[in-house]
Amino acid sequence: MNVDIPMTHPTEAPDAADASRVTAIARRQRLQDVVFHRLTQAFSLLVLLALLGIIVSLFINAWPAFQKFGIRFLWYVEWDIVNEEFGAAIAIVGTLISAGIALLLAVPLAFGIALFLTETCPLWLRRPLGTAVELLAAVPSIIYGMFGLFVFAPLFADYVQVPLQSLLGGMPLIGWLFGGAPTGLGILAAGIILAFMILPFIAAVMRDVFEIVPGILRESAYGLGCTTWEVVRRIVLPYTQKGVIGGVMLGLGRALGETMAVTFVIGNANRMPTSLFSPGTSIASTLANEFAEAADFHLSALFALGLLLFLITFVVLALAKLMILRAEKAKGL
Amino acid sequence: MKRQFLKAVAAVAVASVTLGWGSAAMAADITGAGATFPFPIYAKWAEEYKKVTGIGLNYQSIGSSGGIRQIRAKTVAFGATDAPLPGDELERDGMVQFPAIIGGTVPVFNLDGFGKGELRITGPVLAEMFMGKISKWNDPKIAALNPGKKLPDQAITVVHRADGSGTTFNWTDYLSAVSKEWADTVGKGAAVKWPAPTSVGGKGNEGVAANVSRIKGSIGYVEYAYAKQNNIPVMQLQNRNGKFVMPDDATFAAAAAGADWFSVPGMGISLVNQPGDNAYPVVTASFILMYKEPTNKAESAEVLKFFDWAFKNGKQMALDLDYVPLPDKLTAEIRSKVWSQINNK
Amino acid sequence: MAIDDRLYARRRLSNAVGLTLSMAAMALGLAVLLWILYVLFSNGIAAIDGNIFTKDTPAPGTEGGGLRNAIVGSLMIVGLTVLVSTPIGILAGVYLAEYGDTSRTASLTRFVTDIMLSAPSIVLGLFVYAIAVATVGNFSGYAGSLALSLIAVPVVVRTTENMLRLVPGSLREAAFALGAPRWKVATMVTLRAARSGVITGVLLAVARISGETAPLLFTALNNQFFNTDMGKPMANLPVVIFQFAMSPYDNWIRLAWGGALLITLAVLLLNILARVYFRERAPK
Repeated sequence: MNVDIPMTHPTEAPDAADASRVTAIARRQRLQDVVFHRLTQAFSLLVLLALLGIIVSLFINAWPAFQKFGIRFLWYVEWDIVNEEFGAAIAIVGTLISAGIALLLAVPLAFGIALFLTETCPLWLRRPLGTAVELLAAVPSIIYGMFGLFVFAPLFADYVQVPLQSLLGGMPLIGWLFGGAPTGLGILAAGIILAFMILPFIAAVMRDVFEIVPGILRESAYGLGCTTWEVVRRIVLPYTQKGVIGGVMLGLGRALGETMAVTFVIGNANRMPTSLFSPGTSIASTLANEFAEAADFHLSALFALGLLLFLITFVVLALAKLMILRAEKAKGL
Repeated sequence: MKRQFLKAVAAVAVASVTLGWGSAAMAADITGAGATFPFPIYAKWAEEYKKVTGIGLNYQSIGSSGGIRQIRAKTVAFGATDAPLPGDELERDGMVQFPAIIGGTVPVFNLDGFGKGELRITGPVLAEMFMGKISKWNDPKIAALNPGKKLPDQAITVVHRADGSGTTFNWTDYLSAVSKEWADTVGKGAAVKWPAPTSVGGKGNEGVAANVSRIKGSIGYVEYAYAKQNNIPVMQLQNRNGKFVMPDDATFAAAAAGADWFSVPGMGISLVNQPGDNAYPVVTASFILMYKEPTNKAESAEVLKFFDWAFKNGKQMALDLDYVPLPDKLTAEIRSKVWSQINNK
Repeated sequence: MAIDDRLYARRRLSNAVGLTLSMAAMALGLAVLLWILYVLFSNGIAAIDGNIFTKDTPAPGTEGGGLRNAIVGSLMIVGLTVLVSTPIGILAGVYLAEYGDTSRTASLTRFVTDIMLSAPSIVLGLFVYAIAVATVGNFSGYAGSLALSLIAVPVVVRTTENMLRLVPGSLREAAFALGAPRWKVATMVTLRAARSGVITGVLLAVARISGETAPLLFTALNNQFFNTDMGKPMANLPVVIFQFAMSPYDNWIRLAWGGALLITLAVLLLNILARVYFRERAPK
């Protein structure tokens, strides 16, 4: 009941004049509330409209490409600008492989960091280290790209690629993985730089998730005589399983959509990579390289790539949310 | 206290935006976009022009194809491309095209123990390297051209353009002229499918130059100013007359000497593989695209004033960077035959 | 009853191995990240001198130069973005917190906000190009701001909603009991109580957009000269860094490191400021 009761003397009863004044105030306030409701709702709808606009605009611009190639666009291995033959396969493969390598490297390292921060780190060090990790997650991605190009690539070429190639290049089953010129660039290099980029982010999420585990669960395990490792493996991890997976998938989403860190080191070759050292391209770096000059049909193909990237990250994100939601439901939060 | 701080921040933000609105009247910048090939000289001209007249030329070097696209979208006052548009497209779009500067595309490389001009190469061998048929530096075909030099057993990494480029057009034009196999399988264009299995793409002439200086055993192609400014080793290239020449403004000028500019509508003639003992084989002009009926007449007039100034006063700056400035006779013809078609009154 | 020593020893061993591995992972991860920061700082400090704030971006091959136009351009674009996205984000966040439990619109908006939070920023740049550059006919600082707003608004919405929900229900109920209308409760009581958290959210959004390059690539483009007209292409730090870093010119590369350091310092400072501010003023 939103009624302003006038401050009359307690012993006096409100009379007719007061009553009409009260209803006037009440009506005015109801109007204000409606206006407020609709106003904030409008801004909320604006956000919705923005996303809708993005999807529609992408789709409209990508339509000519889809019309010409159909669903085949997804696996067509070709990117010929002169003859206007485009297929998304090369860019998709580059995106998936570099993001996959990034996850493979970053998740174990992030897990180690999160474990250290929650279990074995001395208490006085916990806050500063945790803050340091969170701050690192905020460093702009172009820094990682520059580091990759100027510092990492030459070292990678000389100290990793060349020895790997001479050591394993001749082996029967896996030798082909290490073929190609050791330039220090390529999909493996891009994957490693991406791993550095998403590492602090995933570590921070994992640490947050590990900290939610109720102390009593941990302490009961310790009370039963479990070692630290067993507590983590058997209690913390299963409890936080879905949250961890959700966090990992968020990191994956970031890795898939990353432009700057990848464009510097992936080699920018519109070709299907044949080895780990091959230069390749990802969807985001294709867009960054070619958008400024693309015309007509080429432009439509690029928009189609953009739409695909958006859909891929959307699916990954939706799955992540689903996992985290299930995790929270299971815990009764 | 917090509220005052926030108010101050908001005030600064609002002030900076309104300042932007206010100074819209002051800046008379002209915008252009396109080829990275002439970027060093256009930027130099723009710097001097601004000192003299106060008007800035904002040139975005995004590649020839980017320049063509932006001028077609009318987001800039002029487009710059080294891959000239054919006459019928110019007619259709209502544009004119004229050369602004001449330069050369050179093969650059990164090989231990070899500096500028210490390696000789011919057109057909270059084509095979870029096709991936020659994959190591100590291949007999390269060794045959360089007797007495010890070539290392290193893999060749081809560096090409990742974006649509007039420099690529010029380079592939040359490779098509000297190698039938290249002309049949790859062809010429602003963006081609590079056949070499190990190849890396760079963005702009700058990207190719940067990649070649970083990757050992790499070979690439850039406009000469980029090689000169960054001390990247250049090869000696054999020209049509059989002589091995190094790039500089003299050899570029020798190639352009016999050109008949108005033989093709739009002046888009090719200058590759020209005859002459001292002619450098891979030379091109860089062209400017403008509308006959521009939407912003004032800006269009300013662009012509800029190039007029550059044609008269920019010659030494061009020579310093080893570009070839257009001779006065040619610029006079450009003014009378091409600029007269632009209606910016 | 004998204790199985072997089992116990094995468990001890796996514990030791596991913990050692995790410490090694921690050391490796932190070492790499610190290395990156060290490279950034050492290369960047070498580039920062008085010139970087007073001179504009140099032409290729010209010596010296600075980043003045890029710094000013970035400040203007980010400033406009904050002006635009803060009210939109806060009001949408208020809606989600106040009416969010019952409304379908609200849960949909929340979902959409999350999607946009993780959307690849280059795709947002594509969209803004299509509607704000191609239609108008030129690149502009306004288009750049629009692209950054699409990134900033979801951040502000989310943090605003979360902070508003943290305000104790008793505070709101007391206000209702006193007869305040809903909109007054939402703004003058809840929002005011959560304002430090909301401001933190705005600061975090600013930090996030300061380092974004991809959305500005085809919207604000770049400008060789000093330009304060937002209707034209504007120089901005991230795109300048991208262009300079990929080039072969030494002074360009040096300036790129300097610019990268400036952005990183700004982002880190904003984050630290946000934390400190929040910790001191958090609703107790």
